[in-house]
Amino acid sequence: MIGGFLTTLKLSAVCLFFSVIIGVVGAWLQGSSFKWTRRFVNGYIQLFRNTPPLVQLYFFYFAIGTLLPTVENDWGGESPLLGNFAWAAISLSFFAGAFNVEIFRSGIEAVPKSTVEAAEALGFTKLQIYKDITLPLAFRVALPALNNNLVNLVKTTTLAYAIAVPDLLYESNQIWSDNVNVTEMMIFLLIAYFVLVGVLVAGMNRWERSLKIPGYG
Amino acid sequence: MSWTPADPMVSINNVHKSFGELKVLNGVSLDVMKGDVICIIGPSGSGKSTLIRCVNALNDIQQGSILVEGQEVNDAKLDKLELRKKVGMVFQQYNLFPHKTALQNVMMAPIRVLKQDKASAEAKARALLKKVRLEGKEDAYPGELSGGQQQRVAIARSLAMQPDVMLFDEVTAALDPETVGEVLQTIKDLAEEGMTCILVTHEMGFAREVADHIYFTDRGVIVEHGPPDTFFQNAQDPRTQEFLSQIL
Repeated sequence: MIGGFLTTLKLSAVCLFFSVIIGVVGAWLQGSSFKWTRRFVNGYIQLFRNTPPLVQLYFFYFAIGTLLPTVENDWGGESPLLGNFAWAAISLSFFAGAFNVEIFRSGIEAVPKSTVEAAEALGFTKLQIYKDITLPLAFRVALPALNNNLVNLVKTTTLAYAIAVPDLLYESNQIWSDNVNVTEMMIFLLIAYFVLVGVLVAGMNRWERSLKIPGYG
Repeated sequence: MSWTPADPMVSINNVHKSFGELKVLNGVSLDVMKGDVICIIGPSGSGKSTLIRCVNALNDIQQGSILVEGQEVNDAKLDKLELRKKVGMVFQQYNLFPHKTALQNVMMAPIRVLKQDKASAEAKARALLKKVRLEGKEDAYPGELSGGQQQRVAIARSLAMQPDVMLFDEVTAALDPETVGEVLQTIKDLAEEGMTCILVTHEMGFAREVADHIYFTDRGVIVEHGPPDTFFQNAQDPRTQEFLSQIL
């Protein structure tokens, strides 16, 4: 049970981290002057936004996972290169990352062109402008939407159940199959996720407040 | 042919620029010597701002040549970074970085672009803020400053890069009347220290006071130019006369 909770926590943390990285990098690539880079990013967004996350998860785990070579495990048997936890992390990161790209893009578009121009006139390189000016400002605009998406991501980690990642839901399921305490387990699950997401939201709100610029917005 | 300080600091030659169908600059030429203060005036849409934005390559040009200390700006292989180290620019809307304090705004470019160490960049930034009379406002965010104060931070931010030429693009146009004076005073101080300045302005009194040379532009060409006294008292071209009669 504790193990399940920790797995959910770990899966959420990993996915949060990578989906935000994907969002930041994707939004940067979207502003690229190369047509094919932009097309690639847009294709990625379309693919992951327009398909159900469960289908994506199955696709990664059963379609791509089986194509990869196997490695010898500690007991001398063959096991897949990447386990179900890794696939859940990859799949869900890409899923949430696609939304994050769009969220960051909307933030970037809200940064006045004139502010960027001022940085250009001072001799900043494109990367410096993105890192020091555009992103910090875009981030503040994007934070409420990002907050929403990350909440959704934590809830979506329950899909990892489908490929038998031993997360909170999966472990609880094991317990309620063994015992006759379904009602209690359901209540527990609901409360556990409520608290988990509540902590995330509180953290994000706090972060939002700490980033507030005096006299701005 | 290398540039010497005896040559024009900025040399603009027969510059043409259009935005799509719209011709904005139609063969503009002018020279600015080191230490000169020139003012470009003219009705809205006459291409004044576009012209100075071309000097630091924020806008490109289709035809003609702009030399800054002998470096050709109209060149696909232009090292924009080198150019922008030489040319500072102040904008109408200040365009400060809103998430950085006044001090950080001034320090940022020297640290990032000139790779100065933090301590010396900070010392210089403090000195510059003092120079634009903003001592005590170092830790204020742009949103906490008045328009005039923000614009002076923007001037200090530009000066921190130790440019050879400063471009001022209607820097008082967005200000409350009572703060215009403090910004103009700052520019005047700079001009008196020998900074080469190109100003686009609607402040005729100021232009007359600080400029060495006035250029009047209309519809993408320089209609008339001359030293301020001659220009304001003895304008020859009917378009100049009409413009001056409207605003003076």
